[in-house]
Amino acid sequence: MRKIVSIILLVIAALGIRLSLKEVRFGEHETEVGKHYVDEGRDETGATNIVTSVVVSYRGFDTLGEVTVLFIAATGLGAVLTAGGGGKMRKTEPASLVLYTGCRILFPLILIFGIYIFIHGHLTPGGGFQGGAIIASGFLLNYLGCRERRISRVASNLAESLGGLIFVVIGLLGLVFGGYFLLNFLPKGTPNTLFSAGIIPIIYIAIGFKVGSELASIIDNLIEES
Amino acid sequence: MIVVVSFLVVLMLVGAVAASIFRDLISAVIAAALVSLIASILFYFLQAPDVAMAEASIGAALTAAIFIIAIRRTKRYEE
Amino acid sequence: MSFLHNYTYYIGAFGLIFIGLYVILTKHNLIKVIIGLGILDTGVNLFLISVGYITEGTAPIFSGPDIDTEHMVDPVPQALVLTAIVIGVAVLALALSLAIRLYQHYGTLNLRKMKGQRW
Repeated sequence: MRKIVSIILLVIAALGIRLSLKEVRFGEHETEVGKHYVDEGRDETGATNIVTSVVVSYRGFDTLGEVTVLFIAATGLGAVLTAGGGGKMRKTEPASLVLYTGCRILFPLILIFGIYIFIHGHLTPGGGFQGGAIIASGFLLNYLGCRERRISRVASNLAESLGGLIFVVIGLLGLVFGGYFLLNFLPKGTPNTLFSAGIIPIIYIAIGFKVGSELASIIDNLIEES
Repeated sequence: MIVVVSFLVVLMLVGAVAASIFRDLISAVIAAALVSLIASILFYFLQAPDVAMAEASIGAALTAAIFIIAIRRTKRYEE
Repeated sequence: MSFLHNYTYYIGAFGLIFIGLYVILTKHNLIKVIIGLGILDTGVNLFLISVGYITEGTAPIFSGPDIDTEHMVDPVPQALVLTAIVIGVAVLALALSLAIRLYQHYGTLNLRKMKGQRW
């Protein structure tokens, strides 16, 4: 009975979508806002990656909201899982020698790769979120390979809080120096060099550290039993 | 070119149907990770390298990892 | 046949959305429902990026000093989808933590057997 009702609902939804998407053809939709960002983006912000300049400079307030949502989710997960108390204590056997040695060699290399990706976020494809996810997967490898090491709570909380604080403080400094929140007040420099595009690399470094330590603490809370 | 994209889209839909049919939950999670991986390749064909990198690292690796850790703390087989 | 040539990406995105909705509506296991939520999320992101595509376009990155900006694809949907992917993984992590707590309280993950549930 439930399956028949679900299939009827999906057919009605499909008809509605087909009727409303007759105007959106594939490959021809060009908006004025996108055209302005592509034409004037390199001169106005100094970054050569247009998607980065849209995420951090033109729509920086949405990125602040997203960082807040991620923080609320990580805190909520920690609060829900430690309030229960009691899980079975499982015996974990140590990993084999190949996995242990490989993990110890690969872990610093993965961290350096992640840091490289979010430092060069305004020049090449990449940025804070991708670099933070790579750092978190490096910590996941650490849990699977060398099992007796856990990340210290103090360091991860410190990195997460400092990242969020630097983002908000730079936005408020823009309010002090110019007219509005998240104004680009540092000099723009020549494009395609590392120290260019004003406040964009600083914000992306803060976001990279924050997202990396948050995802690593999510995994740490899920693994820990009792 | 259009043949490659059609083949990838068919493979993605087969993976999504498989994720809804499997009774072993870990196999369903691996099928969902396959869907994310092929979506990341399609993002690259649609000229979006930033989004492809984000989907490959977050959707295909970290989502599957937290699913498997959560399944380990509960039951493995669907009733 | 030309219909398939133009709309391959749309068919893939809507197929994923409908399969995800079907899994959410009809499956009994809670973790299966959360897997369906993840598939639905991937389908919506694929649809948003494929709307912003322009035929014979290039990626919006200036890799040299003289790149013409005539045929670059739209950068605004890519920025929105970047946000949506991260929010999707945050929602999945929180939903899984609630599933673990429900299992510790009820002893089962079957939605029909949990006390007080009718649907």
